[in-house]
Amino acid sequence: MGIRERLSGNEAIAIAFKQINPDVMGAFPITPSTEIPQYFSQYVANGEVDTEFIAVESEHSAMSTCIGASAAGARAVTATSSAGLALMWELLSVAASARLPITLACVNRALTGPININCDHSDSMGARDTGWIQLYSENNQEAYDNMLQAMRIGENSKVMLPVMVCQDGFITSHAIENIELLETEKVKDFVGEYRPENYLLKKENPVSVGAYATAAYYIEAKRAQAQAMINAKEVILEVAAEFEKVTGRKYGFFEEYMMEDAEEAIVVIGSTAGTAKEAVRIMREEGKKVGLIKIRVLRPFPMKELAAALSHVKSVAVMDKAESFSACGGPLFAEVRSALYDCKTRPLMINYIYGLGGRDVTVENIQYAFESLKEIKTSGEAGETYRYLGVRE
Amino acid sequence: MSYNLKEEVQKSERFSGGHRMCAGCGAPVAVRSVLRALKPEDKAVVCSATSCLEVSTFLYPYTAWKDSFIHSAFENAAATISGVETAYNVLKKRGKIDENYKFIAFGGDGGTYDIGFQSLSGAMERGHDMVYVCYDNEAYMNTGIQRSSSTPHFSDTTTSPAGKVIPGKKQVKKDLTKVIAAHNVPYVAQTTFIGNFKDISEKAHKAIYTPGPAFLNIMAPCPRGWRYPSEDLMEITKAAVETCVWPLFEVIDGKWILNYTPKKKLPVEEYLKKQGRFSHMFKKGNEWMIEAYQAEIDRKWEDLLFNCSRG
Ligand SMILES: Cc1ncc(C[n+]2csc(CCOP(=O)(O)OP(=O)(O)O)c2C)c(N)n1
Ligand code: SF4
Ligand SMILES: [Mg+2]
Repeated sequence: MGIRERLSGNEAIAIAFKQINPDVMGAFPITPSTEIPQYFSQYVANGEVDTEFIAVESEHSAMSTCIGASAAGARAVTATSSAGLALMWELLSVAASARLPITLACVNRALTGPININCDHSDSMGARDTGWIQLYSENNQEAYDNMLQAMRIGENSKVMLPVMVCQDGFITSHAIENIELLETEKVKDFVGEYRPENYLLKKENPVSVGAYATAAYYIEAKRAQAQAMINAKEVILEVAAEFEKVTGRKYGFFEEYMMEDAEEAIVVIGSTAGTAKEAVRIMREEGKKVGLIKIRVLRPFPMKELAAALSHVKSVAVMDKAESFSACGGPLFAEVRSALYDCKTRPLMINYIYGLGGRDVTVENIQYAFESLKEIKTSGEAGETYRYLGVRE
Repeated sequence: MSYNLKEEVQKSERFSGGHRMCAGCGAPVAVRSVLRALKPEDKAVVCSATSCLEVSTFLYPYTAWKDSFIHSAFENAAATISGVETAYNVLKKRGKIDENYKFIAFGGDGGTYDIGFQSLSGAMERGHDMVYVCYDNEAYMNTGIQRSSSTPHFSDTTTSPAGKVIPGKKQVKKDLTKVIAAHNVPYVAQTTFIGNFKDISEKAHKAIYTPGPAFLNIMAPCPRGWRYPSEDLMEITKAAVETCVWPLFEVIDGKWILNYTPKKKLPVEEYLKKQGRFSHMFKKGNEWMIEAYQAEIDRKWEDLLFNCSRG
């Protein structure tokens, strides 16, 4: 079943878009996501899709055209990275609050300062509170699979929120790996047509989008938006269950790897999970009770589920491929640690900031993290919780 | 088709009253004049940049807009309406809609000359079938009368105040109409409220029904920011045209056409003296400001005459 191929993460996303044949794509080049609009405009040029591709003059306009198109009743997509996502920032909130289920392929790259084209998660982490659903991918297969599920989630009438599908720049976006694609007819069946209830071009019922809301209404609008994010949790699992029926591939909020009897665990996002799984496998062979959790869904945040998965562990290292400059740890650390607060027994926890600006993460780095978890477990003291991995001090 | 104001105002309004703009504000007059140029059988999607116009006409749960309307942000009206127009094209191509729609974006001078300039330039270059209307009141009024690149030389605004050593805005007004004309779009025009509104109505009609991108720059005075009695709106616009401060012209497929030549070009004082924002220019010792202002207007007028003379 399926079509066996060898593709980069970028081409996998471009092919997902081709199979879906969305109404509008507005996009602007930025390394490492540039290939996505490049591949896609070639499909348009060859008549393989009949999407309208808008080659805008900035990412700001890319998101603005997506907002206009989506509000008009079209299925709109875009792709970007780093500075491009940062330039969209104001409009990410506009899209989410207008409840427009736009889909964005985010190819993670470090934010500028110093300028750097390699992967970390500072771009999408910076956008995590803008009201977008965020799905992260370990490899090209997951990027493709997440993209096929994204619109079903975002366009669900209980949700109506934009979705960001993230993959690691270069590591995933440019590495060519095996992948199993779904046949185009099956993709079309699975993703379906976009049928919004209200939209600008609905002739029987003109609408106004993007109101000024005074204090008398603003908080209700936000509450409704917050509810949509809560509702998204159930929808994400429903869509994943259907996706499994079609493809046999299983998705949830996160993946648990060798967690059943684990005493030490690390929590990671993205391609590092591949390296970390190898470290876990090696250490398991040595009889060490180590495990891993790989976050797929960061927004909505699976708080209760994570607490359940981690509460029995003795010590946990949360791996952040982004700073938050709180002077006490990265963004994922803050959220995972908070998730465990209500547990009767909770593990000792530390944070590792790692891999910023594309710094390589090796199996040895991960093993080192596990070794420190073992020390913590033995001593019963977490010590300094805010740590860096693989940095020259 | 001959123009008849009586018939025009009998068309059903697409922009309703009861909005919260100040009495005597030029912006709603500009909007109504443009929307009236739509054929009643055509549908439209209207977009507005964040501005006085936007915050006063779409306060949840009320809207003054009878057509579908979208506001996204301050600097992206042109890109937003591009997205709507593109959605229309693709949904029509795919057989999902069959009506005729027109696409009109409104922005203030701040949202057009300044922060939204890139978005506008991009949309014009891409060639969307849309009209971008700038209602130019020559400052950021919504945030309290700050200078923009459209603010005229010497204007007293809250960020270019006339003080003891600096005489108001130091720079001259940006000539945006000319800049957009340089995009080689099929229709560009400058207009305001004059007489029976024939000029603005005909230009709005041409802008809407010329295929491709069109740009209308409409002088839309703001009694609060310009400091003149609100009932004097039409006197101010008339003085702007008669002094050649705001000439009426069109650029159709690259051809410059002057729509009105004053019988006797009035000195700029006739325009400046009516407005509080220029009052310091009339103080003793500040005659050089008026001279400089006149020289700038004369230079631009000659330039316009030259462009129009080339046919
Ligand atoms: C990115 C951004 N910067 C600043 C503002 C604040 N702001 C809202 S409207 C406005 C001025 C609008 O001026 P203009 O476009 O000339 O319209 P007017 O209010 O004068 O009609 C400003 C500065 C904003 N909404 N967004
Ligand atoms: S402040 Fe000026 S532009 Fe704003 S509504 Fe009042 S008159 Fe109109
Ligand atoms: Mg203004």
